[in-house]
Amino acid sequence: MLGTVRQKLLGQALQKILPVGSVLRSYSSAAKQMTVREALNSALDEEMSADPKVFLMGEEVGEYQGAYKISKGLLEKYGPERVLDTPITEAGFTGIGVGAAYYGLKPVVEFMTFNFSMQAIDHIINSAAKSNYMSAGQMSVPIVFRGPNGAAAGVGAQHSQCYAAWYASCPGLKVLSPYNSEDARGLLKAAIRDPDPVVFLENELLYGESFPVSDEVLDSSFCLPIGKAKIEREGKDVSITAFSKMVGHALKAAEILEKDGIDAEVINLRSIRPLDRSTINASVRKTNRLITVEEAFPQHGVGAEICASVVEESFAYLDAPVQRIAGADVPMPYAANLERMAVPQVEDIVRAAKRACYRSVPMAAAA
Amino acid sequence: MTFCLKNSRNIISKLKPKVGLLSLMKQSSDCCYSSCLNHSNHCNFLPVTATSPFVKQLKNPDSNSHKKGRFFVFERFESTTAEKQIASVPNGEDNQVLNFPGGKVIFSPEMRFLSESPSLHAHCYRVLDDNGQLIRHSNFIQVSEDIAVKMYSNMVTLQTLDTIFYEAQRQGRISFYVTTIGEEAINIASAAALTLDDFVFPQYREPGVLLWRGFTLQEFANQCFGNKADYGKGRQMPIHYGSNKHKYFTVSSTIATQIPHAVGAAYSLKMDKKDACAVTYFGDGGTSEGDFHAALNFAAVTEAPVIFICRNNGWAISTPTSDQFRSDGIAVRGQAYGVRSIRVDGNDVLAIYSAVHAARKMAVNEHRPILIEAVTYRVGHHSTSDDSTKYRPADEIEWWRMARDPVTRFRKWIESNGWWSSEAESQLRSSIRNQLLQAIQLAEKVEKPPVKDLFTDVYDDLPPNLREQEKLLRETINRHPKDYPADVPL
Repeated sequence: MLGTVRQKLLGQALQKILPVGSVLRSYSSAAKQMTVREALNSALDEEMSADPKVFLMGEEVGEYQGAYKISKGLLEKYGPERVLDTPITEAGFTGIGVGAAYYGLKPVVEFMTFNFSMQAIDHIINSAAKSNYMSAGQMSVPIVFRGPNGAAAGVGAQHSQCYAAWYASCPGLKVLSPYNSEDARGLLKAAIRDPDPVVFLENELLYGESFPVSDEVLDSSFCLPIGKAKIEREGKDVSITAFSKMVGHALKAAEILEKDGIDAEVINLRSIRPLDRSTINASVRKTNRLITVEEAFPQHGVGAEICASVVEESFAYLDAPVQRIAGADVPMPYAANLERMAVPQVEDIVRAAKRACYRSVPMAAAA
Repeated sequence: MTFCLKNSRNIISKLKPKVGLLSLMKQSSDCCYSSCLNHSNHCNFLPVTATSPFVKQLKNPDSNSHKKGRFFVFERFESTTAEKQIASVPNGEDNQVLNFPGGKVIFSPEMRFLSESPSLHAHCYRVLDDNGQLIRHSNFIQVSEDIAVKMYSNMVTLQTLDTIFYEAQRQGRISFYVTTIGEEAINIASAAALTLDDFVFPQYREPGVLLWRGFTLQEFANQCFGNKADYGKGRQMPIHYGSNKHKYFTVSSTIATQIPHAVGAAYSLKMDKKDACAVTYFGDGGTSEGDFHAALNFAAVTEAPVIFICRNNGWAISTPTSDQFRSDGIAVRGQAYGVRSIRVDGNDVLAIYSAVHAARKMAVNEHRPILIEAVTYRVGHHSTSDDSTKYRPADEIEWWRMARDPVTRFRKWIESNGWWSSEAESQLRSSIRNQLLQAIQLAEKVEKPPVKDLFTDVYDDLPPNLREQEKLLRETINRHPKDYPADVPL
């Protein structure tokens, strides 16, 4: 429930229902829980409050409180001029957002899912990404495109594709993908403040998940740097890179691997473009083995880029070929059993890590 | 619930055009709605109660079967005062009106389709006749001698600029060029009617707007030659001009993408409560793009102060308008989206000036979008990569170039006012020509942008990977200096 924060003060259990957007500071060292949805909502709220140029636009973001309730309460607080419910035209509202950005405003454009962004992709690439370069700095585009990306649960082929690789291949764009609530808050604030166009890839299944957040994260000036990956779990035997939901899978895989004596290092990429090549390479130079994990289609994916980067910069350090774990090379099927087989599971990551460590394991999952 | 039509006759579209008063721009058409009683998904009804007239009518279908209702009557309005007339309700029991989201609709037992093309096309506003003389009773905004002469000089400059740069491309001195021949009136007169606070979102055939705003011939030449002084730092093909200080957004090759941009900027101007509007230009072909439709729809919904100027010049490269659309041109599309529109003679300076002037006032004061369809002809080829004689008759092109030249037409008017002479004409033309030749010579000699401009402006700050690439590039240049081109400064 949005706005609800449970707080424990020195052993005293306190439950409060708070108005949207405000977050209680804690004066103890106990961690608070915050869902990714609350994190995104609070980040939007704080940035809109701090800068009157920031405004939100998209389908259902206003009266409906957001298709996934990310923008809950914002229409009420900021009014219809700053929270715009748009007609159903991705090409239209993306173009309009870019026009507003050319003028000097800071739009946050929401796509109901990034699958629908394909209808607006010309504006994202040709109008937003390239304008600063083509106009030689006269037209900057401080815009953020955000929305759920990748597979949800049982939504089929046209609602499940991951677009990280598509957008990350284009110079002029920055592409971010948060995993937990801290990522969501810090990266969204950084994206809104950034003068360049940013594609912000969220994940529908993560919206409802709760993560602990520190005081620092809850502060309204909190911001994460763009282009820096985070080592979620340190290890010395194998490096596993992942972003968004797959970070959770990688962490679970690491726990399983630990029991088998393999100490995995999990890298949460956070930023797909610019890719934090130095962190990835430093990790590979330490562990000598690399698994890349992503939900997306395998060909020309993020894993392919990471593999190329490591081969170019740390070839001599590799003790095993780089393993890429990706989604199946098929449009996402709807049936639950097939969907499960089309998306990487924790077991796939575990097996890949063992292969990288030259343990004998079967290549494919048992049916 | 079904409603049976008593008479099964051929349903053909019935249009009774109503000829309104021939004022500035009046057009009326009878619009009929098909009987939607039996299609509940046709319109969104509010819940119907047992006592509503709708139900009553259904229960007594016979009583209404041969009554003919009269429905929405739309009348076009004058340029500055808009009068909306709600449908006249006929006598009799046929005045069943129901509220539904969007407004009142009068029902009718007769099934009538709206015609796909009205028998009367939208009228075209003009002030000067083909000989540059004022048409009697023409309604227009007076222009002073200064403005008129300035407009004319700019049109001549634009024409000369085009001729000389086109030649320069043919000589291989620039790689590409797009002329505006035949559309000088649209360019200059519209620019003159706007203010310098208005934001311009061009397609690519509107350099005249930039010229009017003070872009110099040297600045035009610098961009075409892609030299160090080019504001675009040599990153774009010729004619992709852009200048922040003139509020002229850099030309982008993609068609019609500038139209929603303009709406976004207009919305921002409204939010900032500025006394300015956004203006965007596009051709007849550009109106087929999805962006055009989304933008007009959006502009109407958000009440954005934006002027859409369509240069309907008959051709989209080799596609004539008959292959581009089947509507009555572009002006009627505005109406479909709830945007006030007008059709204007695009080769008539005074008509364009008046229409844009009026449009701007409405856009800024009433926060509404306006669509202007300027009917004209693309005398030149689409670009230097095109030879239009391959798809259209050469004598058609010649006729428009000579008999319908907007520059000559306006010249006749200013001469008849005693504001111009043939001496002034030859003086102006030779002066402009000399300036242009000098500008080209100079632009050709200026060195190209430095190699560092390959990497800047991709992002706000130079990212580490590009910094590294530049470093590697410079190292390579140092190692192999004789392989590096002489005219690219380091």
